[in-house]
Amino acid sequence: MDQHYPTHHRYQVKKIRKEGVPVSSNNDSEKDKRNQSGFSRRSWLRGAGIGTSVVGAGVLEQEAEAQGAPKVMSGEVEIALDINGRSRSVKVEPRTTLLDALRNRLDLTGAKRVCDRGTCGACTVSVNGKIVYGCTMLAVDAVGKKIQTIEGIAPEGQLHPVSAAFVNNDAQQCGYCTPGFVMAAKGFLDRTPNPTQEQVEKGLAGNICRCGTYVGVRKAVLEAAKNYRGGSNA
Amino acid sequence: MPDYRWPDMAKRKVMGQRISRLDGPVKSAGRAKYPSDMNPQGLLQSALLTSPHAHAKIRSINLDAAKAIPGVVAINTFVQPGAEVQWAGAEIAIVAANTEEAARDAVRAIKIDWEVLPHVVKEENLAKAGTRAKAAGEQVTGDPEKAFSEADVKIEGEYGIPVITHCCLEPHGNVISWKGDKVDFWPSTQAVSTSATQLATLIGVPATQISVTCDYMGGGFGSKFPPDSWGAESAKISKGANGRPVKVFLDRATELTIAGVRPSHFAKIKIGAKSDGSITAWQSDSWSTGGFGGGGMAPIPYVFVNIPNRRNNHAAVSLNAGPQRAWRAPNHPQAAFLTCSALTDLAQKLNMDPLALMQKNAGLTLRAATYTDQLAKAAELMEWKSKYHTPGEGKGTIRRGVGIGVATWGGAGHASKAKCIIHPDGSVEVELGSQDLGTGNRTCISMVAAESLGLPMSAIKVKIGSNDYPASGPSGGSTTIGGVSTSTRKASLNALEKLFEKVAPSLGVPPDQLEAVDSRIQVKGNPNKALSWKQAAQKLGPSKIEEMGENVPAQAAREGLNTLGASGVQMAEVEIDTETGIVKMRKMVAVQDCGLVVNPKTAESQVFGACIMSICSALFEERVMDAVTGRVLNPDMEFYKLAGLPDIGEIVVHMDIQEVHDKRGIIGLGEPCAIGGIAAIANAVHNALGVRVPMVPATADRVLNAIGTKRYA
Repeated sequence: MDQHYPTHHRYQVKKIRKEGVPVSSNNDSEKDKRNQSGFSRRSWLRGAGIGTSVVGAGVLEQEAEAQGAPKVMSGEVEIALDINGRSRSVKVEPRTTLLDALRNRLDLTGAKRVCDRGTCGACTVSVNGKIVYGCTMLAVDAVGKKIQTIEGIAPEGQLHPVSAAFVNNDAQQCGYCTPGFVMAAKGFLDRTPNPTQEQVEKGLAGNICRCGTYVGVRKAVLEAAKNYRGGSNA
Repeated sequence: MPDYRWPDMAKRKVMGQRISRLDGPVKSAGRAKYPSDMNPQGLLQSALLTSPHAHAKIRSINLDAAKAIPGVVAINTFVQPGAEVQWAGAEIAIVAANTEEAARDAVRAIKIDWEVLPHVVKEENLAKAGTRAKAAGEQVTGDPEKAFSEADVKIEGEYGIPVITHCCLEPHGNVISWKGDKVDFWPSTQAVSTSATQLATLIGVPATQISVTCDYMGGGFGSKFPPDSWGAESAKISKGANGRPVKVFLDRATELTIAGVRPSHFAKIKIGAKSDGSITAWQSDSWSTGGFGGGGMAPIPYVFVNIPNRRNNHAAVSLNAGPQRAWRAPNHPQAAFLTCSALTDLAQKLNMDPLALMQKNAGLTLRAATYTDQLAKAAELMEWKSKYHTPGEGKGTIRRGVGIGVATWGGAGHASKAKCIIHPDGSVEVELGSQDLGTGNRTCISMVAAESLGLPMSAIKVKIGSNDYPASGPSGGSTTIGGVSTSTRKASLNALEKLFEKVAPSLGVPPDQLEAVDSRIQVKGNPNKALSWKQAAQKLGPSKIEEMGENVPAQAAREGLNTLGASGVQMAEVEIDTETGIVKMRKMVAVQDCGLVVNPKTAESQVFGACIMSICSALFEERVMDAVTGRVLNPDMEFYKLAGLPDIGEIVVHMDIQEVHDKRGIIGLGEPCAIGGIAAIANAVHNALGVRVPMVPATADRVLNAIGTKRYA
């Protein structure tokens, strides 16, 4: 009873803190490892002249000495992303989000760009098994991680059980929010295989639909819980 | 001529079944390609520069720095120096570049010298609107003064519903390629067949040279009919770039600022009645805005139109704010909210249950029997009798209440042509220049064709979403299902008639003695004298059958396939924490007739969706303007608030499917179900609190302000 706003806004804040990986994250051990493309995040950031807490004050000072004030560059760099089990080479800018890399540069358009700032969930993808908003993660931060998009959850022409439940329960109208909902629902069921209706509502509160398909979504996720994992904790 | 009439309800095999939408799998697998998903070879990305000022003149535009940015291919301006813009967000320039990032950099590098002018962006207080409010004239029926002076009971109230935006999840926009004399246009549109003509006018290319494709679109709700200025400019850029396709889709802030709003509506309403509840007099002084062009009067009094004595005054308020577009049942949700709120307040004054008041006055509506039935049905599903209480009655912090809203809509079918093709191998195609907004249109067309041809739906290939197909109307006003079902029915039966002519000799009867049943062509009533559909089609030899069917709106009433006039009643139950002011949905009930229902499954989905949209508008959703800067304060999705999954409560949809409605033909559904819900929720809030929250959305602050006028135990 404490929501002054639709409840998803509360959950969204939590979700980003927990699962989004902001560029200023300090957890760098993994990111500093050289990856397959021979490119490290730290060296790239130096090259691009981006000053963040990741880089540290020393680098910033060197930058400042060498180039005057740090400046943001918009050059493209080629990186490799592990998407749906395949390594995909892609040129991105430092500011290119994972979502824009997928949609604009890799023609993986299942994730949609709607709010573009971590509110609506239409761009939901899975990164290292965690559900994230593709618009809140930079493409360069996804290097070395396992990215799964809606296109990767089932072969073309086949339906993942969660997608099938969305069809059965007519949990879609225009369908633009649907891929994000399916990915969020799949991630939710991975963590909560046998949910109550209330858990479904809270677990999927980070996705917004404008056509108003929530009644179908609620039913679909409960049905998928039975088919997807056979209600393994039932 | 075939008998086009719908088969009797009991005899239908496909229509009336609960069918999952045909495009469900491709959508839920993330493989449906929306216009915004198109990435053709050589694509240029784009970004728009829009006005930061609500009212300003452009002294000069300098594009030099922007053009110098690497990757920028072209910059077109929508306006020239000297132009005056009338709202923040107005289109100024479009940049096309090799990447979206470069296009955005270039937008930031454009230098405009502005002469900022005064603006007005708020209309809630009419007295402050000054000369921006224009009286729309007075309408008087009967003798309202006399009626008010003779009334036993009078109420006066003031009510308001703000501007909201469409907030389509797929923004407005398109991909376009113009090479030589050929234009390929992929718009996110509600109007596949009319888009080419409209674009033709904007860019000076014959419509015959323009191909429009839109297989899927991510929401329109009335806002996606025209190709828009950015469509035209992106076309010109493509031409200048030797046909390289250009993608333009509005960013979220621009989408919420200029791509369409539903007008606000405010009104001071006075109602007079006899002590038995008979309403005798109505007076309203209303005002509204839909942007710079002002806003028209909603049809009030709503549904109870025949109040004998009425006086309406209205003022249209022009604001320096983004323009209105049709929004699911234009002006009806506002009218229902204003009217049903005032009626509920009247019921309180009369010490009557508002359900009883509406039933008592059903004679003032145009469909008294239907509303009486529907009010009773909704009351049953809501358990109204056990839940209704005197407004404000109750103990403790948490209060519950119930409320009612009513709806009416025209509908009927738009002009539509369909082509039915039967190939010699037995395969069947149905082609229409129509579009599926998510209503299930594609699925319904397939159902009608299957019903008419005696085939399973899997045997029918429905082709829509292109202007290569016979023209069908835009999807507006709940007219699509009536139009496409009628044209599809006729095209299918016309094609079948040709097939009968071909196979009649081999079955030894005249063609009019044949029927198509269960994938067979048989002598009427005799399955033993039959050819399989495939055998029958083989009789065509090398040539296929191609037959047209047409819905002509002027003839529709006579033919009986589609018609006008849907009614609906919605009820809501809310729970309010009187300490925090937070309103929570417990339950909604929607009883809706829309004539013959082709696919109850997708129809129900539309009604569920409309209920949820009503929850958004009644509790969360509002465009907030900043008086100082003249800009929209919440052009995003965290502060432009829509309901989420935890916010909807239980929703019960009752499609009023019965012979009496079915016999009228197909009516249409998108609008009628999106009308009464806001009123129902606002009135449930009133019932819970015993005081009126005069303006929706009933946010915590508004609820607490209303509560402040009354003491709570």
